[in-house]
Amino acid sequence: MTNRNSLDSLEQVAGNGLLHRRLFLQGGAAALAGATLLTARAAPPDVPAWMKTPGTPMRAYGERSPHEAKVLRTVNTTPSTTGTGGSRTPLEALEGIITPSSLHFERHHSGVPDIDPAQHQVLIHGLVERPLIFSMDALARYPMVSRIQFLECSGNSGALNNAEPPQQTAGGLHGLVSCSDWAGVPLAVLLDEAGVKPEGKWLLAEGGDAASMSRSVPMAKAMDDAMLALYQNGEHLRPEQGYPVRLFLPGYEGNMNVKWLRRIKVTAEPTMTKDETSKYSDLQPSGRAKLFTFPMEVKSVITSPSGMQTMQGAGLYQISGVAWSGFGRIRRVEISADGGKSFAQAALDGAPLPLAFTRFRMPWRWDGSPSVLMSRAVDETGAVQPTRAALMAARGAQFRYHYNAIQSWSVAAGGAVSNVYV
Amino acid sequence: MFDRRLAAAAASFAWLACAAAQEGPGLGVPATPEQVAGWDVSIGPDGAGLPPGSGTAAAGKTVYEAKCVACHGVDGAGRPNDQLVGGQGTLKEAAPIRTIGSYWPYATTVFDYVRRAMPYVTPHSLTPDETYALTAYLLALNGVIEQNAVMDATTLPKVVMPNRANFDSAYREPRRR
Repeated sequence: MTNRNSLDSLEQVAGNGLLHRRLFLQGGAAALAGATLLTARAAPPDVPAWMKTPGTPMRAYGERSPHEAKVLRTVNTTPSTTGTGGSRTPLEALEGIITPSSLHFERHHSGVPDIDPAQHQVLIHGLVERPLIFSMDALARYPMVSRIQFLECSGNSGALNNAEPPQQTAGGLHGLVSCSDWAGVPLAVLLDEAGVKPEGKWLLAEGGDAASMSRSVPMAKAMDDAMLALYQNGEHLRPEQGYPVRLFLPGYEGNMNVKWLRRIKVTAEPTMTKDETSKYSDLQPSGRAKLFTFPMEVKSVITSPSGMQTMQGAGLYQISGVAWSGFGRIRRVEISADGGKSFAQAALDGAPLPLAFTRFRMPWRWDGSPSVLMSRAVDETGAVQPTRAALMAARGAQFRYHYNAIQSWSVAAGGAVSNVYV
Repeated sequence: MFDRRLAAAAASFAWLACAAAQEGPGLGVPATPEQVAGWDVSIGPDGAGLPPGSGTAAAGKTVYEAKCVACHGVDGAGRPNDQLVGGQGTLKEAAPIRTIGSYWPYATTVFDYVRRAMPYVTPHSLTPDETYALTAYLLALNGVIEQNAVMDATTLPKVVMPNRANFDSAYREPRRR
C-alpha cells in the first residue's frame, strides 16, 4: 500500500503512466527509492568467494568481464563474400553516449585490409598548386582536434520499410549508428598546404581497401569540419574503422567517411562513383532520384525497453535511449507511452553536443497493460522526427536510405517488447 | 525549416575560420607526376583519366564468363550478387530493379568501378583492354550501345545512359558570410 501511494503521488505528465522527468533530479531520488518495486535478493549476510582470495594481476591491455561476453555486434555478410556487409552495434546493451570501439558498427565493401602504417601514405592531388604525399608519421605532427560525434550508415534502419515490422533488437534494427570521440587532423590544414585552386569545388576520397571505396565530397564540407581521423575513443583507429587513417565528415552519411584513406583528388565536379550514383542515391516515387543527400536526419530510438526484451512486471521503469541529428544538436526528445496520443519531454543527460548522440531518459510507471512506447526527437533547426506513416507517404516504397521515422515498441501484457508499426 | 537548416549550416562555417587559421608543420612531400599517375585510378564523368586501350562486347563476354558470371549470373542476370542487366521501366514500382541499364546515370562509372573493385577476389587485375571490353559487354547487354561498338577513351564518355536525365543533386552550397 505504501508503494502504491508513493507511485500515485508522482506527477503524471502524459498518458499511460509517463512521469515528470524531474523525478531524476533533485528531490526525485527519494520518491524513486520509495516507489521502487524491485526487491533485493533475500540473502543472509554473506562474504562471496571473490572476497576471500586476492584478485587477478594487472594486465597491459584490458578486456571486459567474461560475464559480458554475450554483448556482441550483429554480423550480416553479403553472400559469396567474406568481408562485405555490415555489423550492427547492440544499442540496447549500451548506456551513455560513447560506443565502445569494439562494438562500433561496421560496413565494408570488400573486407578489412591489414595496413602497415609505415607503408601507408595519403596523396592529395588534382586541382591543387602542390600535389603532396603525407606519411602517417608526418600526420602525427599536425595540430589535431577531438570531437564526440556520431556516425550512421545511410542504410541504417532500412528493414523498417518492409511491409511487416521486422522483429529484432534495437541494435538489430537501428545499430548501423555509433558515437565515438574522434581525434585527428583538420582536413582544411592539409588542403591549405596543397593549395586548392579556385575551380576545385569537390574532392574524391578513396580508400585503401580492396574495393578502393570512393566518394565525392563538397569542398565546403572539406574546409569546414572534415577531419583525417587517426584516433577513436583515445586509441588509434581499429582496423575495421579505417586504421591508420579515415576521413571523418561529421553528420554526413557513413560511407562518405572513407576508411583506410589513401587519396584525395580535388576536382571541379563530383566523380560520380558507383557508391554515389547506383548506390546511396534516393529513388523517389516519381522515378527520379536524388544524388548527394549527405546529412543524416534527426532521429531517436528507445533502447530500454526495446525489441526482444521482456519487462519484469508492472512498476516503475526508466525509459532510455539515444537521439542524434546530422544537422546539429538535439533540442528535445518527447516520449509517448500511449502510441502517440500524448507526449511529454524527456530529460537529457548533460548539454547536447552537436552531431553527437544525446542520451534521454523518462520515468514510466507501467501498469502492466499493453502499451506502445515512442520517442520523437527535435533538433536545433526545428526538424522533427516524422511518423513512419508520414515518411513512407513522402518517400514511397522505393527508398532504402535515410530512414529516420519514429520507432514504436509494443509492450504486451506479459512484458514482451516487440517492433510495431503505428 | 529549410531556411533554418541553411542558417545552421552557415553558422557552422564559423568553424571554418578556426580550422583554416591553424597552420601545419608543412610536412607534405611533393608528389611527382609519375607518382600521381600511379595512384590515380578514378575516372570522371567527362572521361578524364580513361587510359589508352579499347574493347568490344564480344571480347567482354569472354572476360565476363571467366571472371564475373559466378557472382553476377549468366548475361548479368544477377545472383548471388547484383543484377547488372534489365529492370528498365521498374523505377516507379514498389520493388524497383536498379541495374546499369535501368538506373546508372554515367557509363564512365562502369569502367571506374570495374577497374577499382572488380573482379571481387582479384581487383586491379584486369588490363585496360579487358576493362573496356567488359564495360562494352555490360552496356550492350543493356541495349545501351550496339553489339559491335568499340569502347575507348573517346567513345565511352559519349555514351548517354537511358536514366541519365532522372537524377537531381540535393546538395546545396552553404551560404558564406
